[in-house]
Amino acid sequence: MDMFSNLALGFGVALSLQNLALCFAGCLVGTLIGVLPGVGPIATIAILLPITFGLDPTGALIMLAGIYYGAQYGGSTTAILVNIPGEATSVVTTLDGHQMAKQGRAGVALGTAAIGSFFAGCVATLFIAALGAPLTKLALLFGPAEYFSLMVMGLCFAVVLARGSILKAFCMIMVGLLLSTVGTDLETGQERMTLGFAPLADGIDFAVLAMGVFGFAEVLRNLENPEARDVVKTKIGRLLPDWNDIKQSVAPVLRGTFIGGILGILPGNGAVLGPFASYTLEKKIAKDPSRFGKGAIEGVAGPESANNAGAQTAFIPLLTLGIPPNAVMALMVGAMTIHGIIPGPQVITKNPDLFWGMIASMWIGNLMLLIINLPLVGVWVKLLQVPYRLMFPSILIFCCIGIYSVNNQPVDVAFTAMFGLFGYLLIKLGFEPAPMLLGFVLGKLMEEKLRQALIISRGSFMTFVERPISAGLLVVAVVILVVALLPSINKKRDEVFTE
Amino acid sequence: MKRTVLGLAAALSLALAGGAHAQAYPTKPVTMIVPFAAGGPTDIIARIVGDHMSKTLGQQVVIENVAGAGGTTGITRALTAAPDGYTIAMGHLGTFSAAPATYPGLKYDPINGMQPIGMAGGTPILIVGRKNLDAADLKAFVAAVKANPDKFNEAHAGLGSVSWTTCTLFKGILGTPKLNAVAYRGTGPALNDLVSGQIDFMCDQIVSVSEQVKAGTIKAYAIASAQRSPALPNVPTTTEAGLPEYQIEAWNGIAAPKGTPKEAVDRLVDALNKALNDENTKKRLLELGTVLPTAAERTPDGFAALIKRDAAKLDPALKAAPK
Repeated sequence: MDMFSNLALGFGVALSLQNLALCFAGCLVGTLIGVLPGVGPIATIAILLPITFGLDPTGALIMLAGIYYGAQYGGSTTAILVNIPGEATSVVTTLDGHQMAKQGRAGVALGTAAIGSFFAGCVATLFIAALGAPLTKLALLFGPAEYFSLMVMGLCFAVVLARGSILKAFCMIMVGLLLSTVGTDLETGQERMTLGFAPLADGIDFAVLAMGVFGFAEVLRNLENPEARDVVKTKIGRLLPDWNDIKQSVAPVLRGTFIGGILGILPGNGAVLGPFASYTLEKKIAKDPSRFGKGAIEGVAGPESANNAGAQTAFIPLLTLGIPPNAVMALMVGAMTIHGIIPGPQVITKNPDLFWGMIASMWIGNLMLLIINLPLVGVWVKLLQVPYRLMFPSILIFCCIGIYSVNNQPVDVAFTAMFGLFGYLLIKLGFEPAPMLLGFVLGKLMEEKLRQALIISRGSFMTFVERPISAGLLVVAVVILVVALLPSINKKRDEVFTE
Repeated sequence: MKRTVLGLAAALSLALAGGAHAQAYPTKPVTMIVPFAAGGPTDIIARIVGDHMSKTLGQQVVIENVAGAGGTTGITRALTAAPDGYTIAMGHLGTFSAAPATYPGLKYDPINGMQPIGMAGGTPILIVGRKNLDAADLKAFVAAVKANPDKFNEAHAGLGSVSWTTCTLFKGILGTPKLNAVAYRGTGPALNDLVSGQIDFMCDQIVSVSEQVKAGTIKAYAIASAQRSPALPNVPTTTEAGLPEYQIEAWNGIAAPKGTPKEAVDRLVDALNKALNDENTKKRLLELGTVLPTAAERTPDGFAALIKRDAAKLDPALKAAPK
């Protein structure tokens, strides 16, 4: 089997001392920021992007990926112990996880979450390895028209799946698309919307926008929250679930892995939906739904597996088609481009060691996370007590140094600060900045593909409908938009997200 | 103040007839501006050559990536820096020969307004087509394009890029300047669409396309240099294939701001030549598919002549190209 020889190559790359160390560093940092509420993986990856310049691309991506899925693990620790979701995807875990902790079963909840996540991570790794190569071949059927329609579909998903109002999500995506058009026109070399300002000639730097809107703005937002954290006072207790717990968790873990894995591939941040879908399903098929919300172990096992499976399968569209399904993956695109790798189907043939090395490192990373999270849980609990007044100034300074080092341009730091204020304003007004970042990254690609498709078709818009794959993707996009806007479904969607 | 010290140092070392002296240039790290992102072909060549130049100069050659506007942002910054030998740039065919005709508002003059140091390496250009094109050889392909320019789509990596510059010259020679050109962000994605048959042909550096040509997923019509390449010995030269006018190479070379002291220029030329004669450096460059420059091209005069020659060759086609 090709898949196994490829995985062997991947493990060869991932098991080098440097890559193991980077993977470990990524997982450790990921857990750290996952545990700390307020600092998410998007901000962290944006902040750490510049320090990966000195690394080789494989090592850099292994570390950044480690941060991403490490944060998924860390997020559950905080959700269970403090009742604050460390990450958006661990919201559901607070429902039953924290209840379990209150009943003195914090250890079992943490153990179940970690083991479920590990299982889901292993399955998802195999899934990516199996699907990666065939999907890359499929990508050859994709011309500019198909890519454009796929991205339209992705953005429609992003609108529908965003938390909060559909209208606001739509606006944010549009702002992102507009921001992406600033800079020199690819075809004609004309400067657009730069106001004659030279630093804008190449457009807004991705790292600048990401770090401002996520790094700076998150710090600002956290500054206004009082430092009240209700860490569970009771003992954590034994970590390993007993036979009874295992029997109850096996099926939810399997279902969660499956649901999360499938949703993770969806463009437009389907990964966030996984835990919600899994929780709803477990509650629905449970013999006694009233146990949910009062410390049901299924309510931890299912969503946690879904969450981790989705976090990993989200790499599939990135690695095979070069299209980021969510904001973190958009950052990965930025990281790959900075290292001179153009994400897309050619990665698997041109950089097989990167492709398979990264996949193998995900499995290794999951194993590491199991060790980082279970025996060391006491350390993480202590960490929850680090005062913000020490943490935030260091983050800000780190951001400034990082952003300066991208292009050695002082003006970039000023721009980041401006975007920081802008991001803060957005948060205050209840706009999610993540869809904007996705729109920003997809915007450049979309414009490029739209124009390529139109040049090839000699200006005929019919090309998007005449080509069957493109037409199919557009139909899906229209259908999900219509369905989401139907009043009955819309109401249900609100319920899912407020639950 | 700094400049007087430098001048003094220069005078001193001249007096010592090139003998090593503690005060001689360079006394601090030399910044080499690469006008493209880290990891690209120009950046890699700059890092390989710069690495060895550091040894000869006795000071670190620091690579600074200042990307933007087809490389002209970085070159502008390098050429407007103080001409003290501590800021140099690694440019290429596009930034030094094609830019004046490509960018009307260009803020530097590569022919009269800079101090060339020498060429660092060249890469042959290939004309490649999708594998199911009817034309079997270059002659048939040229005839087909000339007969039906509206039926063809060409791919390139954006205005000012090597693929755009060299293909614009190709279309100029064919007399079909308005042929449909599709811009991509880099030759990687462009090549991808060529393999999948979305577009018909492109001109690109041998390093980017040789793997696909060997695998038979795209067709190579000709190589636009005087000799066949050892990497693809079966691909005929444009002269053999019947289009001798189309001769172009994508080269990289080092330049400094105009007015850089002769002593510094000499030291840099010396360091560049020592780097290109070093077995290890040579090996690393050849692995990239680079053709090493001739002895003449490694000197300021030879490099200046090359810049001038290619600028003259490209000018008419670039000016006629739709932008």
